[in-house]
Amino acid sequence: MARREPALRGNGWLRLPFWLTYLFLYAPIAVLVVMSFNRNKTPYSWGGFSLDWYGRLAENSSLRTGLVNTLIVALGSTALSTVLGTLLAVGLARHTRSRVLDALSTLPAILPDLVLAIGLLVFYSAIKMTLGLHSVLVAHTVFGMAFVTAVVRARLGHADTSLEEASQDLGATPYTTFIKVTLPTLAPGIVAGALLAFTLSLDEFVIAFFTHAPSQPTLPIVIYSMVRFGVTPEINALATLLLAVSFTVVIVAQRLTKLTEAL
Amino acid sequence: MNTLISIEGVSRRFGDVTALDSVSLDIRQGEFFALLGPSGCGKTTLLRILAGFEEPDAGSVRLDGADLLAVPAHRRPVNLMFQSYALFPHMSVEKNVAYGLEREKLPRQEIRRRVSEVLETVGLAAHARRRPHQLSGGQRQRVALARAIVKRPRLLLLDEPLSALDKKVRAEMQLELKRLQHDVGITFVVVTHDQEEAMSLADRIAVMQGGRVEQIDAPVALYDRPRTPFVADFIGANNLFAGTVSGGGLEVSGLGVLPAPTAGLPEGAQALLAVRPERVRLGQGTLTGTVVDVSFYGGVSHVALSVPGHGGHVLVATQGPARVETGTEIELGWDAADGVVIAADDAAVENGAPV
Repeated sequence: MARREPALRGNGWLRLPFWLTYLFLYAPIAVLVVMSFNRNKTPYSWGGFSLDWYGRLAENSSLRTGLVNTLIVALGSTALSTVLGTLLAVGLARHTRSRVLDALSTLPAILPDLVLAIGLLVFYSAIKMTLGLHSVLVAHTVFGMAFVTAVVRARLGHADTSLEEASQDLGATPYTTFIKVTLPTLAPGIVAGALLAFTLSLDEFVIAFFTHAPSQPTLPIVIYSMVRFGVTPEINALATLLLAVSFTVVIVAQRLTKLTEAL
Repeated sequence: MNTLISIEGVSRRFGDVTALDSVSLDIRQGEFFALLGPSGCGKTTLLRILAGFEEPDAGSVRLDGADLLAVPAHRRPVNLMFQSYALFPHMSVEKNVAYGLEREKLPRQEIRRRVSEVLETVGLAAHARRRPHQLSGGQRQRVALARAIVKRPRLLLLDEPLSALDKKVRAEMQLELKRLQHDVGITFVVVTHDQEEAMSLADRIAVMQGGRVEQIDAPVALYDRPRTPFVADFIGANNLFAGTVSGGGLEVSGLGVLPAPTAGLPEGAQALLAVRPERVRLGQGTLTGTVVDVSFYGGVSHVALSVPGHGGHVLVATQGPARVETGTEIELGWDAADGVVIAADDAAVENGAPV
């Protein structure tokens, strides 16, 4: 993209800040990926290529438990927030004109995590709810739903309302119209929102830290407690795997957006 | 012919804007009816009321004598072809067309038969499995049309059906719409701002302006006998002169007494005289003008003249190339019977007889 900018084409020196920015963004990640394949235990020297740390990772039971917990929370909260967020977006777009309600629907996405975390914890104790995976799942649904709503709402803004009218005109009840016409036209937005909610839940720390039960930590919390005693290459390997998952999700999301534009 | 739709005293306001102001009209069974008017005249609101997407503040709409307003949009025997076509992008052509029949829970066999029949009719049988975005504008319109008529509605509404097509496809589609209307025998109501579209398609036209119906007539009658100043000005080209009835003609300040069919109107009444460009003769007459412009259109030529005392130009249409040149001074005139007089109270007097 940058190469097509006319200002950058003329002078090579102007490209320097551009590449430095990318270096700044990605050098730490590159180091982490490289070190995950380092045979040596210290990050200061290269002892040759090895997959040992990935093997160690598989044997670490507390990490495995953390991963399973995180997947339960991420999948559950994604499912919930996708359904609720989509319904909320459709309701906002079709049945209200209130800008306040609109703004309130996406607020949990913008609020500082700390505020949301403390708020939820206070709320849980007020209703005397025990903490566990379910409390983290509900907490993640709160902000995941806000993201799904925002994405789907944006797509609804561009959507042609005459499609829904055409469906009604052809004899479809409002319910059939929603299932057969509204949902399919929103599908790319819904999937993009769901992917966003999933990735955000996957590595969420602050809210999970406040709302989890000590017996059932999620992966970020497990990693945090391990890192307190120093970073091991094992962690590097884990981070590399998470990175691969994130990249895949981003690429899928981008493909879907392109698909959306083609429609 | 029987009345299919009877609209009575329908009004609709949006905030301060009156979209429809007590509109009453009847649409007959099997006719091709047009709602014609400039944008903002209320024609689209009326269309949406018929389709069921809008409710009037007052008035009644009856279909075969039964209240149509009480029926929700999805149960009305009325289908609309949207201006944007509104084809479902995630469905193939045949799925789009089958959509309405599936909602009626018809047997699959019958749906398949009717869909392929109607695709045959609109000439798209070969494209049944394509998606809408793989079709041209003209083809998309045919799909939209097929989807609307496959349900065999009592009334088919068409919102600016030709506006999005280029000129050649337009002419083709125009013929096709007429043929189709004749073949399927469905009552068509077309909404348009394009008078040529309305004139060439419709059996009867309701000219609307400012939320009111100005005149309902057959295209020829609308052209020959406009009953309001708006219609006289809006339909086709016209030379308009405002004046008072005097001595068997119309006295227009600055121009004198012009030949006009004023019988039946009292002396001194305010009236508007409309003379079609093709009714004006060059070479002799009551007025003298200077030719300011000559345009040749092949079959006809338009000559614009400036006449001292008259605000705008007088437009004259002649067959073939015009035999006058710019700058020439020439006499012009018309027979009294060739003009149309519209009295100030909107009642038209044509050829000396009240209509």
